[in-house]
Amino acid sequence: MTSHTALPTTGLSTMNLSTAMMIASIVVTATAGDVLTASAMRSIGDLDVIRAQSGMKGAIFAVIGSPRFLAGVFCMAMSFFALLFALNHADLSLIAPASASLTFVSNAFAAKLFLKENVDRRRVLAAICVCIGVALLAH
Amino acid sequence: MTPQRYCILALVALTASVGDSLLAVGAKQLGPISLNHPAALFIAISNPWIIGGILLLIGFFASYLTALSWADLTYVLPATSLGYIVTALLSKFWLHEQLSIWRWLGILFITAGVGFVTRGPALTEHGAVVDPLQAELLEAGRS
Repeated sequence: MTSHTALPTTGLSTMNLSTAMMIASIVVTATAGDVLTASAMRSIGDLDVIRAQSGMKGAIFAVIGSPRFLAGVFCMAMSFFALLFALNHADLSLIAPASASLTFVSNAFAAKLFLKENVDRRRVLAAICVCIGVALLAH
Repeated sequence: MTPQRYCILALVALTASVGDSLLAVGAKQLGPISLNHPAALFIAISNPWIIGGILLLIGFFASYLTALSWADLTYVLPATSLGYIVTALLSKFWLHEQLSIWRWLGILFITAGVGFVTRGPALTEHGAVVDPLQAELLEAGRS
């Protein structure tokens, strides 16, 4: 297993757990970033309309003036650093597809729970298909 | 969904994948950068491939935010995952990397996922509830 060679100083179960924890922290922060950003954009409104009314500068200020958007960007930055940390300890071929595909599924749950999106059978199926597809792309 | 909005979704997928590929080409030209010499990162920014990649990734973020302002997150993410396919095709035909049967199968799954989600509505209508996250927080505060 790739993760076993990555952390040679710890026990087998600890290695699996630490890799899982690293993947989980990437997924949680990435999902929080996506949900907060999506929520911010929903509350700001259609950017095409804002740009037509107050120009590009008005649209930019509307976005960066939203605390929820800034919180989302902060979470995305945390996710990036968590990814860098994980890549320092485990293989890219494990971390990248696992975190990317799990984020698709966690986003579907989070969007239903927090954004009250209509995550019907079609969207669940799409998220699962993309999740499997991303995992296969890593082979 | 208007043709203009489909163009925005295509832009999200294309800018992300082409931007990543340009960064990959630039990074290969630069060679390994040691953490002991962080100043080498400033040299990286002067590489035209890296500059192009950064500009495209800024374009990606702008078009991604625009898409989120009129479509659900669970619509935008699968719909723009076509970028993974563009990245795979670019790596085969431009960077001359090998694509295994598993990767072609992965491309098939992603295409199916995109097909499923784009046949449905892009946005959930919430009626009186304008901001679902705020409503959720208010509800949690009351209980």
